[in-house]
Amino acid sequence: MVMLVVAFVSFSLFNFVGDPINNMVGEETSDAERTELRETLGLTDPIYIQFTRFVGNASKGNFGISYQLKRPVSELISERLPATIELVLVSALIALISGTLLGVYTGINRKGYLSDIILAISLLGVSLPTFVIGILFIYLFAVILGVLPSFGRGEVVSLGYWTTGFLTLSGLKAIILPSVTLSLFQMTYIIRLVRAEMMEILQTDYIKFARARGIKEKSIHYKHALKNGLIPVITIAGINIGTLIAFSIITETVFQWPGMGFLFIQAVQFVDIPIMSAYLVFIAFVFVMINFIVDILYYFIDPRIRVKAEAVSG
Amino acid sequence: MDNKKYTLISRIKDSDIYFSFIKSPTAILSTVILVIIFFCSFFVELVTPYNPFDPSSLSLMDAFTPPSWTEDGLSKFILGTDGQGRDMLSTILYGSRISLIVGFSAVIFALVLGVGLGLSAGYFGGKYEMIVMRLTDVQLTVPSILMALLVDGIARGIISREMHDEMAIYVLIFAIGISEWPQFARVSRAATLVEKNKDYVSASTIIGVSNIIIMFKHILPNIMRPVLVIGTIGLALAIIAEATLSFLGVGVPPTTPSLGTLIRLGNDFLFSGEWWITFFPAIFLVLLAFSINLLGDWMRDTLNPKLN
Repeated sequence: MVMLVVAFVSFSLFNFVGDPINNMVGEETSDAERTELRETLGLTDPIYIQFTRFVGNASKGNFGISYQLKRPVSELISERLPATIELVLVSALIALISGTLLGVYTGINRKGYLSDIILAISLLGVSLPTFVIGILFIYLFAVILGVLPSFGRGEVVSLGYWTTGFLTLSGLKAIILPSVTLSLFQMTYIIRLVRAEMMEILQTDYIKFARARGIKEKSIHYKHALKNGLIPVITIAGINIGTLIAFSIITETVFQWPGMGFLFIQAVQFVDIPIMSAYLVFIAFVFVMINFIVDILYYFIDPRIRVKAEAVSG
Repeated sequence: MDNKKYTLISRIKDSDIYFSFIKSPTAILSTVILVIIFFCSFFVELVTPYNPFDPSSLSLMDAFTPPSWTEDGLSKFILGTDGQGRDMLSTILYGSRISLIVGFSAVIFALVLGVGLGLSAGYFGGKYEMIVMRLTDVQLTVPSILMALLVDGIARGIISREMHDEMAIYVLIFAIGISEWPQFARVSRAATLVEKNKDYVSASTIIGVSNIIIMFKHILPNIMRPVLVIGTIGLALAIIAEATLSFLGVGVPPTTPSLGTLIRLGNDFLFSGEWWITFFPAIFLVLLAFSINLLGDWMRDTLNPKLN
């Protein structure tokens, strides 16, 4: 359903924003030729037929040809996709792992100095725009210290359709700065969320009972409390993967990372509608998939949902 | 209290808001910073000795002067100059004026649209409410920066290229405003749902006051507190969004640079060692956003304990 709406929006983008014919042909094309092209492309058909065809093509991964680069959009996207996915995955992992650890720490040691420092930094992290963090990192690590590269992906190894930067040293080095930059904003959210959850859960009866049974503090914190605190974290992390993809537009521009966000920004600047609409459909697809995966994860993490589902089906 | 005259000042002084304001150092500090920034940005002609956009006053000889406290710095350019010999401090203040204008206009646009829709949705209910709320749901799943980028991209497609530079600011305001309205709609709807069951609304309905007057004259003042909180935080978000879009090169054109444009232009000089060209606009932007956020935090605690 959501996919259909988005498909319709990007279809209308394609059709009504500017004249597609105008974008394809030069100035000196005659009106007769234009009409002919219009007919061969099926632009004279009724809207609903055009729309069905658009959806049909899109589901086959065919989004037409980029105005600016004169290459099929699907080819461009699949070329750029691995870069973005690697970047987003790495930064999601960084955000999730360090966010949870720091969150648990600040949740347990509420009065500690270190907790105060972590929280103050996280407030600053919310106010710092992503691109400013990126520039600071570049200046610090690439210009002054000169230890990490500031742009590109380094050397990549191609595995069939997929090009990866994980297998070379320069590729691994290149991903550090962009992924840390991208993850900082999400990390602050996760820290705050986990902290609040931990503080709430540590007050509950079952934790008190576990203490009374003499279970080790460490085991209580990580085995009993954290497990229940993770449910909202997974929801947020799921939603945030979408946000990460959107924010990767900024990070990719700062670090000149050859991913989809970089492609999209260039498309916006040059009004390259096919790329824009393909990107839109892709993002929507990712959102729908993520929601689906998050729902499934709930099922595994929260036994209550599993019991309910079994009760309904049984 | 009985015989006291209720002037505006005495009312402010007696209010709980004033009380918590003077008790909060962060609120006072951030307000002072913001007042200074606002004053300097809007009366920039009076504050700065240079007009960076007057080519006759510029000299390329002055280009790339570092800040005054470094070795090669000149005392007349406190924060140094950029590649065209423009005084950084003046350029930043001119830029921050544009950032502030865009930020404020975008928030006001989002506020009017969001509160209008949210208030009426909460008041009338039914199918209309469902549609409005579903719209906000859908839009909230799309990150606002992506939304703003899309609107900007579409606008570029519709408006011709020559027109676009002139229209850029309005497009930007519209794009950021559109990406922020759902917050306002949600908050004002929730507040309206509480207010509309109160006696004063029933009383007005009974004596035959029209819906529009009840909504905007009676309910609206009562839901303003949470809306103002969202508005303050929204202002910081809008300023950052503007800077981000300009940084990406889809915001205001370089002829009238905002803070984001300045950071982008300065970014090119980072590798050759002229760090101050991008550093000071960035610090200024962070200071601005951070102060607004601090003020917003304080407002949330004071004006609206329920939001916590």
